[in-house]
This record gives sequence, structure tokens and C-alpha cells, in this order.
Amino acid sequence: MSAAPVLVMDRVSLEAPGAGLARPVLQDFSLLLERGELIALVGESGSGKSMAARAILQLLPPGVRQCGGRILFAGTDLAVLPPAQLRAVRGAQIGLVMQEPMVSLNPAMTIYRQLEEGLRLHRELSPGERYTACHEMLARVGIPDPPRCLSAFPHEFSGGQRQRIMLASVMLLRPKLLIADEPTTALDTLNQREVLDLIVALAREAGVAVMLITHNLALVGRYAQRVVVLEKGRIVETGAARAVLESPQHEYTRTLVASLPRRAPPRDRFSAPTRELLTVTDLRVKAPQRKDAAHSTVWAVDGVSLKVRPAEILAVVGGSGSGKTTLGRAILGLIPRAAGEIELEGIDPLTTDRRQRAAFRRATQLIFQDPYASLDPRMRVLDIVGEPLRHVRELTTGERRSRAEEMLEEVGLRGLAARFPRELSGGQRQRVAIARAVVARPKFVVADEPVSALDATIQSQVLALFRRLQRQYGFASLFITHELGVVEQIADRVIVMQRGRIVEEGAVAAVFDHPQAAYTRELLEATPTIPVVSSSTQVCVDVD
Amino acid sequence: MNRAARMGRYLGRRALLAVPTLLLVAVFVFGLIRMLPGDPAQIMLGDVADPTSLAAMRHYLGLDRPLPLQFLTWLGHAAKADLGRSIATGEPVATLILERFAVTASIVLSAVFIATLLAVVGGLLAAWRQSRPIDALIVGLASLGLATPSFWLGLMLLLIFGVHLRWLPVVGYVPLRESFAVGLSYLVLPVATLVIVESGTLIRTLRAGAIEVLGREYIMHARAKGVPERQVLYRHVLPNAFAPTLTLVGLTLGHLLGGAAVIETVFNLPGLGRLIVDSVLARDYPVVQGCLLFTATVYVAVNLVTDLLYPLFDPRVTAT
Amino acid sequence: MPGWSKTGFPVQSLLGFVLVGLLLLTVGVAQFWTPYGPLAIDLNAPLAPPSWRHWFGTDEFGRDVLSRAMAGARISVGIGCATVSCAITAGALLGTLAGFLRGWTDRVLMTINDALLAFPGMLLALGFIAVFAGGEGAIVLALSVAYLPSVVRVVRSVVLSIREREYVEASRVMGNSSAYSMLRHVVPNALPQVAVLATNLFGWVVLSESALSFLGVGIPAPAPSWGNMLAAARPYLASAAWLTIAPGACVMATLLGVNWLSDTLLERLRPGSRS
Repeated sequence: MSAAPVLVMDRVSLEAPGAGLARPVLQDFSLLLERGELIALVGESGSGKSMAARAILQLLPPGVRQCGGRILFAGTDLAVLPPAQLRAVRGAQIGLVMQEPMVSLNPAMTIYRQLEEGLRLHRELSPGERYTACHEMLARVGIPDPPRCLSAFPHEFSGGQRQRIMLASVMLLRPKLLIADEPTTALDTLNQREVLDLIVALAREAGVAVMLITHNLALVGRYAQRVVVLEKGRIVETGAARAVLESPQHEYTRTLVASLPRRAPPRDRFSAPTRELLTVTDLRVKAPQRKDAAHSTVWAVDGVSLKVRPAEILAVVGGSGSGKTTLGRAILGLIPRAAGEIELEGIDPLTTDRRQRAAFRRATQLIFQDPYASLDPRMRVLDIVGEPLRHVRELTTGERRSRAEEMLEEVGLRGLAARFPRELSGGQRQRVAIARAVVARPKFVVADEPVSALDATIQSQVLALFRRLQRQYGFASLFITHELGVVEQIADRVIVMQRGRIVEEGAVAAVFDHPQAAYTRELLEATPTIPVVSSSTQVCVDVD
Repeated sequence: MNRAARMGRYLGRRALLAVPTLLLVAVFVFGLIRMLPGDPAQIMLGDVADPTSLAAMRHYLGLDRPLPLQFLTWLGHAAKADLGRSIATGEPVATLILERFAVTASIVLSAVFIATLLAVVGGLLAAWRQSRPIDALIVGLASLGLATPSFWLGLMLLLIFGVHLRWLPVVGYVPLRESFAVGLSYLVLPVATLVIVESGTLIRTLRAGAIEVLGREYIMHARAKGVPERQVLYRHVLPNAFAPTLTLVGLTLGHLLGGAAVIETVFNLPGLGRLIVDSVLARDYPVVQGCLLFTATVYVAVNLVTDLLYPLFDPRVTAT
Repeated sequence: MPGWSKTGFPVQSLLGFVLVGLLLLTVGVAQFWTPYGPLAIDLNAPLAPPSWRHWFGTDEFGRDVLSRAMAGARISVGIGCATVSCAITAGALLGTLAGFLRGWTDRVLMTINDALLAFPGMLLALGFIAVFAGGEGAIVLALSVAYLPSVVRVVRSVVLSIREREYVEASRVMGNSSAYSMLRHVVPNALPQVAVLATNLFGWVVLSESALSFLGVGIPAPAPSWGNMLAAARPYLASAAWLTIAPGACVMATLLGVNWLSDTLLERLRPGSRS
């Protein structure tokens, strides 16, 4: 067959005309993709990587337009194609899988109708043939009971399943090029691995070229042959994946590589006092009825017991549906529990005694995952940070204010006291959230995936801040996360949860080096790591 | 649980929720009339009342029994479609209401149907071409429509088409059974007035819903699959955007079926709304009471039907 | 409610402000002065078409239509403001309680609310007027009760959605009482949408009041209301069209202005989008 590259992007430039000067979105972007190759496009939010993908399909959002360069697909310039031919290319020649599985399927159409739509447009098949094709494809992507799936609606499936269905829908048409725009960012670790493996396998079977767009450099190491690194709309580095990751040339690439959570030397352990701060015994929490289970109660937390000592960080890891978020909320008494005991310094969060409850609240705090939703948009940053101090009776108003100001300074946000949350970036907002959590010197902080929504470079900064404050103020923490790399950086002990139960627990180093439970092993394997840069040892990462 | 059972459970629950509402409605209607000062029997019979009919009415209303029992008696009568007799005409209220309702319904149903069609076409077009001239035009017209008082619009249309151009008859009503063409000509203006006024909000609501849906990822996916734009709009955007508009259509319908009193007054149509106003002015309390009960029941029924249709556009509601 | 795109149509906002401003100005002026007395009969000049002496013409009693329209503005705006104040205050209170506290409070309130909603607003108003006899007070009461359920519904749904936000949960975690969370976090964030609702409500009330007056159950003659002016103009539809055009145009201008204003508010008050 011809060796012509599948995709050629030649000095493509995109701009977003704003008030006055046009804002460049992508500048001089050039890329060559051969048949069957897997190239990764890496960058943080705002780098322009998603726009590049949309430009290929000529599906740029209303505010953005192409102002330079050409995009050649199998030799044809896509920008000059008439609409009818362009539509023939879309779907049948180029397939697109996107990030949010929760909204990428039409909620009002059955799965079958959505899958067969592409077939009806691009292929000449009888209804029976279409059905068989869909059925087979669903089985191929690992969906159990394809007939039931075909007649169901998207909301009946989980995120991981929906992403597989998306893949099925796209691969049904056997495109020559598959663009996967952050296909696994919204999934948990295990699902991530499975879905990506699936993409690679399907692509290899059908000889499809893949453009993988991601901000996760570790995934690149595992799956890509070549990588292109984007910063603020410009390519800063490109080359073979392994080479770029092992010895990054450009400063930005180096920052990205360095901010990856990796297996670090063990934390300095303090000798913790033996009395416990928090004791949880045999906790059971019901799951809100989502699916129609087999008439038995579905437990979100199914008999969990744990102890946390003062100034200790206990990490809770698990995939989606493991119950870790519910656990955190139940410990704080935010959701009712069906059975079990919770005691923090002798107080039960659901106690009827008002003063005890108030004391409990003073001693505990919660940091949320979503930095956009956890701060009141109508309050200024200083007021947000100072709000918990209302309950610290010993301080005067003036003292409260200065304490809040000090706290802001400690998290590195001095000067932003009078701003509103919408003026801050994600990382800054999360710092505000942390400042708010720590300002009243709580004894116990539940951190619910506080860095999952942040870019990689910001993640490591925020984690470092959390660690520093924890050492300084000595609060204990229940740190919920699905990323093992984060656990390593932060925690003393870890518990691994699966379907509401604890499957393994222990000191972090012990659990990670010698995992006992099968699930823990799966999680560890699924966590992409990059080769440790060392002159003597080159750890080979299986990329193909 | 399979789909059919889930749907059944959803519908059953909705129907069940309607019962306490209807009961409360009945309580309100009953209470409202009883708030009037004076002897209830006298009120129900009007000024011309001789002692025998007064006594008969007292017995019929159960005035010698405690109030809750009176309510139940009244409710019992109503359930058997016995709403008393009009003071003014002596006709049974139920018959009167049904006759008038037929007129109102013919106008309202046609108007809402046409308005919904306009909303679908106009709203989708405006959302698809958002911020372009056609969008401005559609939204501008819709805004004008919903800002126009219906009675004034009716009068203006009468002035133009009835008086100056003499295309259509001025006022009056001829039932369609008698003569289709003539009856229709009497309906054109009232229906047109209603359509212009009501389609305004419907267009805007659908446009808003469609704009939101157009920004969603599955639309981008459909386009990326190569689906032609018109199919995208009708198969993907519309079903997802229609749900809030459906609710609004239901509310509007329920609302208007209660009597488009104003339209009926302008065009001299013997409809339900006119009946209510006339009976309020004439203090014909049995009719007022009967009408209130009837229109509220129709409203609840229409909303129930809307609830039935809702899962077609948003399958997620059956899941909870 | 849809909003205008930011790139186009600032014209609507401007027009909205102008129209509403004009309305308020008219009301202010009409308190002290109108070209002629609104009730001043002049049998020498009945049914006079618009001229320099009478900008809007005169009615069958020779009364100046412009003066009557101005006085009508005062009445309509007065009723509008009074009704909106009552309905919004009561509705916001009930809606916030129902939406924030949920549980039995919510269920009871909403069942009663739904029952009230089942009566088309106009009918409820008519019912109340029938029972409580006419006059401005009765109209305000009737319309407040008629629109109260819708306000409660909207406020409740706004509160419900805000309640789910994480910053409200954060407030709870901090140990703040429900009352404090409601006042400090929920209410300020609900205000923008309630403000938009109040603006829209004002328009609906003006429309309803004129409809009621048109039907003869609102403001009684000879006091001028745009609605009863329209009703009185019906016999003269063909012969003295200005009698019909003027009051209707006033209602329409008010509604247009209010709608455009509320659209502008909606756009302006929408919290900044996520980055």
C-alpha cells in the first residue's frame, strides 16, 4: 500500500478573534502521522491541543478560526472540501472519542440508535447486518449482555462503560484515523488502563492511526510511539516518546516530567502517640438507590473499621464505586449511617448534644475536589478564609481578620484578599480552600480528591503546600484519592477500598512494595509510571 | 426491573401525587364560596327564593350537619357531575360548563398546537443561527408577541381584518358542526391572536433549551460522525431541548383551557372564560364554584398528560 | 429564560432602560400634574382625534386620553409594585424554607402550592375579587395570591440548586447553623435570579390588572386604568381608533421595556463563567 502519511498538519494556525487583537490559539503547528502509528499530543489546559483535534475535523467552536496552514488527510485538504464530502470523511474516515463519557452520548436515544446512525450514513447494510455489527462491536469492547445494552439508555451505564460504548460507536465505522481527546481523564485508574489498552488493541487490529491527546505524561510513556509537547499554542518539543521522557530538552517538558508523582523515598515518620484521634468501627452506609439491584440493599460502605492517630495522614484509595467518598462524608456526619460507631476524641458526629456537635465541627474540616464549586462566588477570598473563625470564640474580630490574612500569606496568596473566586485559577482556588480548612486549627481534615481536577504542575505544588501545612500544624487527615502516585507523596498509611470494603491496609511503603490483595496489585499495575531517570539503570517501559 | 415496569411505576406515582392536589383544590373551592357572608342556601339560590326551595336547598347542601360533612356531601355531588343549577338560567351547571368548554377547547387546542409548531421551527432556527440576523429577528418577534396584551391584539386584528379589510367576520360564533367554513372563519382571528401571544414564550424557551443542548458534547459527536446538520437538529437537539418547553406547553394549555376570558370577550365567543366572568359579575355562585372546580381539574389532568409524555424526551426521569 | 448574546443587541438593553425610565417618569409627573384632569369632562369636544390640544385625542366624554393614560400609569405601576412586593416577599420566604429545609416542610408546602397553581391565575384572582369585592386593595390581594405559587415554585427550585453546591456543604461542615447558611450563602446567590423574577412579575401583574379591568372586574370607571379604557373604547373601534390604540400601546410599551430590562439583568447578573 502507499506509504503516504494519514495526516499531515502543515504550519496550522488558529486564532480566536477577540476585542481588538486576535488571540492566537495555535501557532505554526506541524505534525505528520503515519498509518498505524500512535502519536501523543501533550499539554496542559490552554495549550491548544483540543483545538488542534477539532480543527482536523473542521469542527472548531464558533469563536475560533483557522488563519494559516493546511490540514491534509490522506492527501486531501480538508478545509476546501464541500460539506457533503466533508461529512463523508467524518466518522467513516476520522473518528473522535472525547473526554466526558457522561455527556458524550445522547441521553434521549437508545444505544442502538446511536450506534447504527453512523452505519446508516456511511455503509450500505441491511438492518439485520447493522444489528449484528453493533452487537459484535459491543462484545469486542467488553460490554456484557450486548442485546440488553443496545435497547437501553446511556444513563443506565457507568462512566467506564459509556466510554467503551463510545469506542464501539467510533470503531464500527473503521476509520483510518482515531482522535482520542483525553479519553480517560474522567475515569478511575483501573478503567483508565482498560480503556486505553482497548484503544490500542482495536487500533492495531484495524491498522488505525491514533492521535492521543492528554495532559498525563505518564500515559504517554506507556502507550505512544511519538510525542508532541504543546505549551500555550506552540510546539516546544517533539520526538520519540521514550527519548523525550527520559531526557527532555525543553524547559517546559522538564517541568512536566518533574511534576509527575513518582515513587519517592519514604517520608520521615514521626513517632506518633499511641492514643487514637479517630476510631471508626464497622461502619455501614447505604448507597442511594441507583440501579435496580437484586432487591438487597446496596452498601456504599460495608463494614469498615479504621483508626487514625493525631498528625497522621491516612490515604484512602479505590476506583469509582469503592465507597471512599461516602466514607469521608459519613465520618464527618454529613450523611447518615446505617450501622457502626464513629468517635473523634470521644464525640460521635451524629450526637444529639449540641455542644458536643459544635465541638466536633470545630475539630474537623473538609476540602472538596471541585475548586470551582467549593467557594461561595459572592464572597471575597479573605472572608471565605476567615469564615470558620466565627466559631473560635476567643478571638476578637480584629484578631480573626489578621489570622485570616496570615493564612492567606502562608498559602502564597497575599494580595488576593479582596478578590472574588471567579478571578482566581483552579490551583489558587484550591489553595484558598486549604487555607479555609486549616485556619481554625482543626484536628482532623478530610481531603476529598483535592488535586484530581488540577493540571499536573499545579498538582504537585498544591500537594507540597498541603504537606507543609500538615507538618506545621499537626492535623490528622483522611486523604481520599484514586491516584497512587499522590498517596506516595503525602500519606503515612493507606487503606485500599473495593466495593465498600477494605481489602488492604498498612504503611504506604509496605503496601506498595508488597501488595497482598489482588485488587491492590491491579491498581499498582494500572498506574502508569515513567522510567526513572538514572545513569546506570534504564528501566524499560513496555510501550508497544 | 424492565422498562415497562419502571414506566408504570413512574406513572402510578405521578397519578397518586395528583390526588392530594385535587383534594386540596376541592377544599379551596368549597372554602372560598363559604367565606361569603350570609346564608349559603340563599347564596346558592339568588334573590328569588321562596321558603320551600330554600328548605330544599338547605337539605341538599346538608347545612344541618357539621362543616366537614357538608364538604363531603358537596364533593359527593360533584363526583356525580351534579354541580347544582345556575341562578341566572336555571340550567344544570355541569351541562353549561361542558357546552362552553367545547368552544374554548376548540380554540385553545388549535392555537397551542400551532404555537408549538412555530416554537419548534422558530426556536431551533434561532438557536442554530445564534447571534446572526435571523436569530435577532425571531427573538425580536417573539418578544413583541409576548409583550402584546392579547385583548389589545385581538381588537387590533379585528380593526384591520374585520373592519378595514372586511376579510373576516367581526364578532360572533358559529359552531363547526353547523357549517364548517363559516364556523372556521369565526375562529381564525381568535386563534391567530392566541398564537401570536403564546408562541412568544414558547419560542424563547425552546431557543434557550436548544442553545444549551447545542453546546453539549454529544452534538459534537453527532457532527463528527458525519450526521447532516438537519438531522442533528431534529434527531439530537430537539428531543433533548424539548422537555422544558413541553412543561410550558402543558402549563399554557391547562391555563388557557380554564377559559381565555379575554379573547372570548373581545370576539364575543360563548366560551368558558366568559362564563366565569359573567357569573362572577352576576353573583351566580353555583356556576362560579362549578367552573373553578372544573378548570382546576382540567389543569391537573393536563399536567398529568405532560408527565406521561416527559419520559419520551428525557428518559432519566423514570430512573428515580 | 434566555439571554441575549453578549456580542449583539445592546440595543434592547438601552430600549428597555429608556422605556422603563419613561414609565417611571410619567408616574412621577402624573402625581402632580397632567395636561388635563383625568376625570375632567368636556362635552364640547367628544371623540376628538389626536391634535395639538389633545395629543392622544379625547374620549366620548371629552376627557383627554393622554391625561387618563398618565393617571392610568400611576394606578398600574402602583398595583404592580404593591403586588410584586407582597408576592416576592411571601413567595421568597416560603420558597426558601421549602427548598432549604426539605422534608415535611417541603412536602406540605408544595402540595398546597400545587393546589393553588392548579387554578389559572386569572381565575383565582376573579374568585378572590368575587368574594372580597372590588377596589385596588382587593386587586392587589387577588393578584398576589394568584402569582404567589409561581414565585414559590421558582424560588424553591433556585434554592434547591444552590443548596447542592459544595460551598453550602462547606458551610455546614464548618459548623454553621442552617439559618446562617441560608442567610449568608443561599440568599445572596439566589438574589440575582429572584431579581429577574421580580422584574418579569411586574410585567405580568400590569398585564393582568389591565386584563381584569378590561373584563370589568378590575378598576371601576371612571377611574382610568389602561384596561378599562380599552373596554370603553370597544364600541368606537371603527370610528375612533385612537381610543383603542393609545392605552394598548401603553401596556405594550411597559411590557416590552420590562422584558428587555429583565433580559439585561439576567445577562449582567449571571456569575462569571468558569475559566
